[in-house]
Amino acid sequence: MSTQTTVQQLKDVVIKFAGDSGDGMQLTGMQFTNNTALLGIDLSTFPDFPAEIRAPQGTLPGVSGFQLHFSSDPVYTPGDSCDVLVAMNAAALKANLKSLKKGGIIIANIDGFDAKNLRLANYPDGVNPLTDGSLDGYVVYEIDITKLTREALKDVDLGMKEKDRAKNMFVLGFLYWLYDRNMESTIHFLQEKFAKKPLILEGNLKALHAGYNYGDTTEAFTTRYRVERARMPRGTYRSITGNQALALGLIAASQKSGLPLFLGSYPITPASDILHELSKHKNFGVRTFQAEDEIAGISSAIGASYGGCMGVTTTSGPGMALKTEAMGLAVMLEIPLLIIDIQRGGPSTGLPTKTEQSDLLQAYYGRNGECPMPVIAAATPSDCFSAVYEAFRIAVQHMTPVIFLSDGYIANGAEPWRFPRAADLPPIEVKFKTSLDEGEEKFMPYQRDERWVRPWAVPGTPGLEHRIGGLEKQHITGNVSYDPENHQLMVKIRQAKVDAVADDIPLQTIDSGPESGDLLVLGWGSTYGAIKSAVKSLQQQGYAVAHAHLRYLRPFPKNLGDILKRYKQVLIPEINNGQLIKIIRDQYLIDAKGYHKIMGIPITKSELEEHIKSLLG
Amino acid sequence: MDTTAVQTPQSLTPKDFATDQEVRWCPGCGDYSILKQVQTVMPTLGIPRENIVIISGIGCSSRFPYYMNTYGMHSIHGRATAIASGLKACRPELSVWIVTGDGDGLSIGAGHMVHILRRNFDVNILLFNNQIYGLTKGQYSPTSEENKITKSTPYGSIDHPFNPAALALGADATFVARSMDRDPKHLQEMLKRAHAHKGASFLEIYQNCNIFNDGAFEIFTEKATKADETIFLEHGKPLLFGAQRNKGIRLDGLKPVVVSLDDGYSADDLWIHDEHDLYKAQMLVRLFDDPSVEGHFPRPFGVFYETQRPSYEELMQQQIEMAKGKYGVGDLDKLLAGSETWTIN
Repeated sequence: MSTQTTVQQLKDVVIKFAGDSGDGMQLTGMQFTNNTALLGIDLSTFPDFPAEIRAPQGTLPGVSGFQLHFSSDPVYTPGDSCDVLVAMNAAALKANLKSLKKGGIIIANIDGFDAKNLRLANYPDGVNPLTDGSLDGYVVYEIDITKLTREALKDVDLGMKEKDRAKNMFVLGFLYWLYDRNMESTIHFLQEKFAKKPLILEGNLKALHAGYNYGDTTEAFTTRYRVERARMPRGTYRSITGNQALALGLIAASQKSGLPLFLGSYPITPASDILHELSKHKNFGVRTFQAEDEIAGISSAIGASYGGCMGVTTTSGPGMALKTEAMGLAVMLEIPLLIIDIQRGGPSTGLPTKTEQSDLLQAYYGRNGECPMPVIAAATPSDCFSAVYEAFRIAVQHMTPVIFLSDGYIANGAEPWRFPRAADLPPIEVKFKTSLDEGEEKFMPYQRDERWVRPWAVPGTPGLEHRIGGLEKQHITGNVSYDPENHQLMVKIRQAKVDAVADDIPLQTIDSGPESGDLLVLGWGSTYGAIKSAVKSLQQQGYAVAHAHLRYLRPFPKNLGDILKRYKQVLIPEINNGQLIKIIRDQYLIDAKGYHKIMGIPITKSELEEHIKSLLG
Repeated sequence: MDTTAVQTPQSLTPKDFATDQEVRWCPGCGDYSILKQVQTVMPTLGIPRENIVIISGIGCSSRFPYYMNTYGMHSIHGRATAIASGLKACRPELSVWIVTGDGDGLSIGAGHMVHILRRNFDVNILLFNNQIYGLTKGQYSPTSEENKITKSTPYGSIDHPFNPAALALGADATFVARSMDRDPKHLQEMLKRAHAHKGASFLEIYQNCNIFNDGAFEIFTEKATKADETIFLEHGKPLLFGAQRNKGIRLDGLKPVVVSLDDGYSADDLWIHDEHDLYKAQMLVRLFDDPSVEGHFPRPFGVFYETQRPSYEELMQQQIEMAKGKYGVGDLDKLLAGSETWTIN
């Protein structure tokens, strides 16, 4: 065993695992992530995979990546560029080299750079980046991972194909060695995952250890790295993805409100994991219904809410479009409903596995008629928990459908989460109307309280039988009415009801920076980390730049207008062609500037920082 | 949530099921009769009014909930079945009735129709079939006959029509029946049967649209032709019809043939209706000839098929109970913590 290695302390590391779709890079990344999280190191991840389940092996479209940023300082993004690139084949190198820092480490699987793989990755004949000197500026570790894995598994009774599938564990083992880690978390994971497949388990464990030992015994590697735990607030943490946090937020809200949870959903990337997660938790009384289509998904949720449960539907952009008419019905019915849109690149089928914030205008305006409903967005993976909890509360307390916006970036990304105790979660009070009040002769389903909220009277309640529907309602009685004055009144009331939600949400706060100054960066959704990092860096350089991030997009917090006026400039970065900026300009008549990236990938800290500097001159 | 109504002995009358809303169907519409029969049957079912929910889509038929003093929702086009599915999944104790038409239920809502049937939610689906679009003023519907001249088919419809009962059976419906607006007694009986069935009941009701498709079912409903053109299915009884009750259908191998009892056949030779025989039911729903074609079969009315299969909501509830038994009633703190945590002091 080698004792020649030294351990070097690092503050901040970004690793990208890249390989073919079938190489298990997502799993490898998640394992390294969990291992990192358990050490109390702060982190953020960004899985980036192709839409095809198995694009042709070895090709550029087939490259699947998983980026992990971990640090002993607070982490807000998965990192602009990486320090280490694991490239399982030539295509993985080619697709990701541009995001590797100069002087960064490349761990290349030699077997993935044979003539065939080079050709599939579109390298010209005879060109091999490992040998042509083009990687001279990097530290390249060439490892014949395939051969070494096969060698390590030579006594395991598995076919060659199955042995080769353990390659990712070899890589993981090597990285555990490189970052001075204990492998227990992964050993435990494998033991559980392959409890019923002892040979596969043996193969994976052997490959994992072989990778670790390879680092230990090969004298080529003289330095190992260690990142200390981060100075995070005290408490107990777990690692969580956005979609997981969202599912847990829904269950928590259901438990705290006493409303049984019903999810009507149709599978769609990148929202399906919420359906998967919720369907596991039937012991919480959760009812999941995989509907025949998007329309049935939301319609069944409307039926559930009508029956006194909390109806939820989950989808992504194209599914939102299909649910549009039913959302209008829910607005007319004035019943609670949650419509959760995990945005992806559009229009149409667009970029199913890539991220975008391009459904904001759809959420705001994308329905027939005057059809307002509250819109709420989550900023980070763990924020999905409290944001959806809040969306649930608003829906049931204001008797309105609420649109919740997340996106592929935070849905699949993971970060440490200091999870709350159930007892500390704010209560969600729900009032059903159970009988006629004194002096009330007949139930008036559209009689309202001071916040314009109508009563929730569910089937099964004696004496409150009534009919509702999508036709215009007569004020108070809820009977069908085609009266012109009544329609105008009802349109105004429905708007007032949504506007009144502003009285029931916190005022907007400044995330960081001065209360007034040269520039405010106003963001929403998943750009949070990039904006926060860029703005913090600028503040350290002495710029009077602040950051405010919107959770409540409709209605806006009541003080937002005042905040906007306190800065000389307002910049609104979005992963779309300019959507929030239209709404802000419309409502506050300010000359906000936009920064728009529409590439299906997140905005990076450095590009934003550079852009802000150019604005400040 | 305490919404389980206490079942009290009631003496409700049809009037108790009427609302104060003016019924707005065209005078002479077949919907009036259906409404009357439903209001007549409801008090006999012994369900507290508050436990009845009527959900409809869009179309003339779908105005139905406004006229029933129960819980009700007039929803959007074609989606009543999907809405009812969510309601029933959450509130299995409710008596849920879906009112739809040939446009609502078989055109825009056909996709949901087959799924609610295969899933077998315990609901009653009343499909008012008038073979025309009434609310949009007279276009052909998915049950309109070929060559039909309508506003949208001035040269005649080239669409091949649906056979609703066959479609329902094809979707593995557990109860398939047909009735008509002009036979109140039969319709009442079918409504009671649909209600009594546990699982999704599909009841097709021929309904005359006297404005846009008057007389579409005349041959089955008018006294002069009814006896010879219809056959009323009764479980365990031979398929007998005709004004003189002297005609019947017998099975010649796998082929149904119309025979006359005057030709030496007796009732014992005829096809004996068995509601629980899926194979025979599949033949029966196919007796769907154009009555103007020579040698056509009479059109069957009554219960084609009934079988028992667990309802969706029942299975859903069972899974929830199973999960609670296996993992214990959900503990939110455990769920939030997940399987791996670390603590920073």
